[in-house]
Amino acid sequence: MAGNNPNAKLMNLTLKVWRQRNMNTPGQLVTYPVKNISPDMSFLEMLDVVNEELLIKGEDPIAFDHDCREGICGMCSLFINGRAHGPERGTTTCQLHMRSFKDNDTITIEPWRAAAFPVYKDLIVDRSAFDRIQQAGGYVSVNTGGVPDANEIPIPKTIADKAFDAATCIGCGACVAACKNASAMLFVSAKVSQLAMLPQGKVERKTRVENMVAQMDIEGFGACSNTGACAAECPVGISLENIAIMNREYISAKATSENVA
Amino acid sequence: MNWFTKTFSSTIGRKIVMSITGLFLCSFLVVHLLGNLTLFRNDGGEAFNLYSHFMAHNGIIRTMEIVLLLGFLFHIYDAIVLNRRNSSARPINYAENHPEQNTGTWASRNMGLLGTVILVFLIIHLWNFFVPARFGGLDPVVIEDVEYENLYVRVVQSFQVWWYVLIYVLGMIALAYHLIHGFQSAFQSLGLTHKKYTPFIQIFGFAFSVLVCLGFAIIPIYFFFSQQ
Ligand code: HEM
Ligand code: SF4
Ligand code: FES
Repeated sequence: MAGNNPNAKLMNLTLKVWRQRNMNTPGQLVTYPVKNISPDMSFLEMLDVVNEELLIKGEDPIAFDHDCREGICGMCSLFINGRAHGPERGTTTCQLHMRSFKDNDTITIEPWRAAAFPVYKDLIVDRSAFDRIQQAGGYVSVNTGGVPDANEIPIPKTIADKAFDAATCIGCGACVAACKNASAMLFVSAKVSQLAMLPQGKVERKTRVENMVAQMDIEGFGACSNTGACAAECPVGISLENIAIMNREYISAKATSENVA
Repeated sequence: MNWFTKTFSSTIGRKIVMSITGLFLCSFLVVHLLGNLTLFRNDGGEAFNLYSHFMAHNGIIRTMEIVLLLGFLFHIYDAIVLNRRNSSARPINYAENHPEQNTGTWASRNMGLLGTVILVFLIIHLWNFFVPARFGGLDPVVIEDVEYENLYVRVVQSFQVWWYVLIYVLGMIALAYHLIHGFQSAFQSLGLTHKKYTPFIQIFGFAFSVLVCLGFAIIPIYFFFSQQ
């Protein structure tokens, strides 16, 4: 927590924060000077300090998303100084520390920008588009019955590893935020390929990829230009290979599935 | 919409079309460059004129010409549709954005710009060479008692003008950057990635882009500096 390290030099910063009352009013960047920030604080703790001061002054605190604050839930967001989750690679905003900034820095903080992620308030966006894509097919239908033995179905180690890597996606939306096209391909491909690789998921693989891609398009995300920005900014390092796997799945599903509608 | 139109109007479907047409256009580049190399035969343009006559009159080539035109049209049409979709997917831009810190290449972020430069170049290029060669307007030349159209002289004359040479060099630089990203990107779009082959595709794509575009660009430069 703040102030643990007595030798740490405290920082003074200038924040430029996107403030927006609600979905229907336009917002703007508002400048806040902040003093005595410990480099040991996380970025969200720094915002907590700012909010305490705003509350004391009787102003509306800055609304931002967060939950676990340990890099596993995917709730925290924020486009910081032109980068999703800030300047460090492979990290969420809750795991970003103020030591990544310098004394007297100006820090611009904006919400994820995508038509499919409308701003609720200040820095909070509505990411339910991801939920709807997931609901379109990102599951395995299991009928009730006896619990099968976990080791009954042999799965090659390389496949198990790849599926696991894809399954680490925390649904944060940094890929969409970083992509110049606001494309959700990395997220959707992580979900599609994770299930398509495993025997349990293979049963519904064709309909799944068809429905999830259709939903992705309905939500208004952009197409993939293969710039690689998504994977570079993904906090858990989801690989671009998943996008190739999803495209492969999509082509073969469209060519061979029984869904003619 | 039925499944077929649904497939090819989805974002992935359109990228599939762009990658297949893009790679097809790459194969055309090879044929075009190999044909152009006849310009370097020191024969007063005889081989080149025979070659261009063949290209303008052979039935198979004429059929492929239509396929090529369709390839360009589909590539450009889907490029426009996707680009419009992509910009409406982010109606409000970031006040501060640093894509250069997280994307591999500048070209990957500017394929539309590069494509537009290529398109402008193509129109100039077709207007000057293809249209007269195909629909008439060139001087005649006699090779072994047969009269042909002298496209060679048109080439020589065109590349005596410095700004014309410059247009060609700029067009080829744009094409090179388009392909440095596009070639390997097409394989990724088609899902053709593999630990064993992707590194080769990437190196090959880079070498292909640079060498083919260099090959095309050398022609105007050569004629400009070898004029009397
Ligand atoms: C000889 C000419 C051309 C060749 C060989 C070519 C080749 C390619 C290839 C291989 C790709 C990669 C496809 C993929 O990412 O899946 C591509 C992408 C692209 N091309 Fe072309 N192209 C040519 C001309 C053009 C023209 C004239 C335009 C536009 C007017 C254009 C616009 C684009 C755009 C915008 C992309 C990127 C698509 C995206 O990022 O989603 N291209 N091209
Ligand atoms: S792919 Fe990565 S960046 Fe995208 S939602 Fe999943 S964890 Fe976040
Ligand atoms: S708050 Fe849970 S990942 Fe950042």
